[in-house]
Amino acid sequence: MSEYLIEFNNISKFFGKVIALKDVTMKVKKGEIMCLLGDNGAGKSTLIKTLSGVHKPDEGEIIVEGNKTTFDSPKDALDMGIATVYQDLALVPLMSVTRNFFMGREPQKGIPFFKTFDIEKASEVAAERMAQIGIDVRDPSQAVGTMSGGERQCLAISRAIYFGAKVLILDEPTSALGVHQASVVLKYIVKAAADGLAVILITHNVHHAYPVGNSFTVLNRGKSLGTYEKKDLSREKLLGMMAGGEELDKLEIELKEMNRINN
Amino acid sequence: MSDKSKSIANKNNINQDERLKKVSPLRVLLNRPELGALGGSILVFIFFGIVAGDTGMFSAYGTLNFLDVSANLGIIAIAAAMLMIGGEFDLSIGSMIGFAGICIAIPAIYWGWPLWMSIIFAFSMAVLVGYFNGILVVRTGLPSFIVTLAMLFILRGLTLAITRLITGRTQVPGLRVLIEDDPIAWIFATDTFKGLFNWLGSMNLIALRTDGTPLATGIPPSVLWFVGLTILATYILMKTRYGNWIFASGGDKNGATNVGVPVGRVKISLFIGTAVASTIFATIQVLDAGSADTMRGTLKELEAIAAAVVGGCLLTGGYGSAIGAAFGALIFGTVSMGIFYTDVDTDWFKVFLGAMMLIAVIFNNYIRRKVTESK
Repeated sequence: MSEYLIEFNNISKFFGKVIALKDVTMKVKKGEIMCLLGDNGAGKSTLIKTLSGVHKPDEGEIIVEGNKTTFDSPKDALDMGIATVYQDLALVPLMSVTRNFFMGREPQKGIPFFKTFDIEKASEVAAERMAQIGIDVRDPSQAVGTMSGGERQCLAISRAIYFGAKVLILDEPTSALGVHQASVVLKYIVKAAADGLAVILITHNVHHAYPVGNSFTVLNRGKSLGTYEKKDLSREKLLGMMAGGEELDKLEIELKEMNRINN
Repeated sequence: MSDKSKSIANKNNINQDERLKKVSPLRVLLNRPELGALGGSILVFIFFGIVAGDTGMFSAYGTLNFLDVSANLGIIAIAAAMLMIGGEFDLSIGSMIGFAGICIAIPAIYWGWPLWMSIIFAFSMAVLVGYFNGILVVRTGLPSFIVTLAMLFILRGLTLAITRLITGRTQVPGLRVLIEDDPIAWIFATDTFKGLFNWLGSMNLIALRTDGTPLATGIPPSVLWFVGLTILATYILMKTRYGNWIFASGGDKNGATNVGVPVGRVKISLFIGTAVASTIFATIQVLDAGSADTMRGTLKELEAIAAAVVGGCLLTGGYGSAIGAAFGALIFGTVSMGIFYTDVDTDWFKVFLGAMMLIAVIFNNYIRRKVTESK
């Protein structure tokens, strides 16, 4: 049994002539949060889709709990406990919390052919699950549209965990949120990891990633700049890698030059 | 806040959010999609109660009359509402009514089929048409508005062309004699509770004909179909997994697909639903009139959609109710009949229909904002 819950070794993905990903390696242990950072266009989206079974990698291997495997579809990944929470969250604002929580996986009761959606039980579970993460949903029949962005994010994560996720892939969970909401979501992510999940947190916000992450992988132009443990990496160094430190240095020089000319 | 969630919250020792306002019962009611149509129905009845209360509109005969018209519209409005909740439109409902009518009449009259076989044939054709509409919308990703608009013309054209080709006319009469002894036709052609109406007549509680039989002979079949379908649709929407899929498919197609809802299958089944409802409408009318007419059902699709919208369905999908659509149909049916009992020229009915729909859309839009706004 490998010490890693999930490993992606030397993953490459090509679209025609375009090399979207090249030799990306990531490993996540149970109970750990691995942050995947990268600027726009670094290949984050392609990587997420490869991790969640939407794309098949052209090279490399995926190892889940020590066994080499392939994902033919998102459902395959889901069946192995690898759940992805996309930015759109797959929530319907007009539907109630309960109906969203169990959307597509409604509990049923009754005799065959006349089964009904067990909405009482579903409401109970949804309210209980939301309460566990400190969100009091008052009335589980309220529309998701009335919830804040952070609460919606927590609902989507909570739903993934309830339906048996072992590995949680979160796509920019804090990008659309204010400071307070983001901290609520991050707290919940830490708690989820502490409860034994492996979390891959995809973000471009170092300030959100650094406090919660155990390790960090930085993507740049489809390649991994390496994975670093937190102890080996300062926030400044991470910021530098993330933004392409050289480019910022260059920018600084150019700005100085401009100032000199203007003065 | 419901008692159940309160107890759950307390059990988990959640601090009540101090920024949370108490939700008034009125606000809870406002969040129900059928509220507008329910209120509208009450207003309509109050209006005619005052204006036409003593004209016989609300006698047994008059009441059954406007209920019959409402029920016929309601049968297709409920199916249209379910499809709209699922995020699609069906503009071919009216043409399907005409098409289903001749699918019953031509085999029965010209090919010598027994009536029950013609009726089953018409329903089979409806399933095919609905499936075709659905698969076209799902596979091509084209707006259902366009696909079913095309079907509106195709079906009406087919109905006319085939009927004239086979019969040389645009009407197929002579069905009435076939209804008796048919094993299926009674489902669409029987007045019920006749005994009750006879009794009411004998007690002189309702108006009688000169021969002593009551003027209103029984509940028309459309009304029972209407009530049955309203209950069935509400049960499906509120109480089943499939109902949840309908809301999800209309609310957010991609999100629903991502969590495993078979959106394509749901939508196709809803298109089959509208075509089958059109055929129920057509069967009842054809058997009642004893003839099929190629122009039957013209513009019914728009009335059905209008009733669904008045009943609280959003044009963008994901929200609405079957009960609302039923009340929407009741409003239209009551006004279209009630207007005869007033001094108002019946030409004004369409003005009313349009104004009603406009008000409903503005109201629904407001409600939707209320429902989805962040706190």
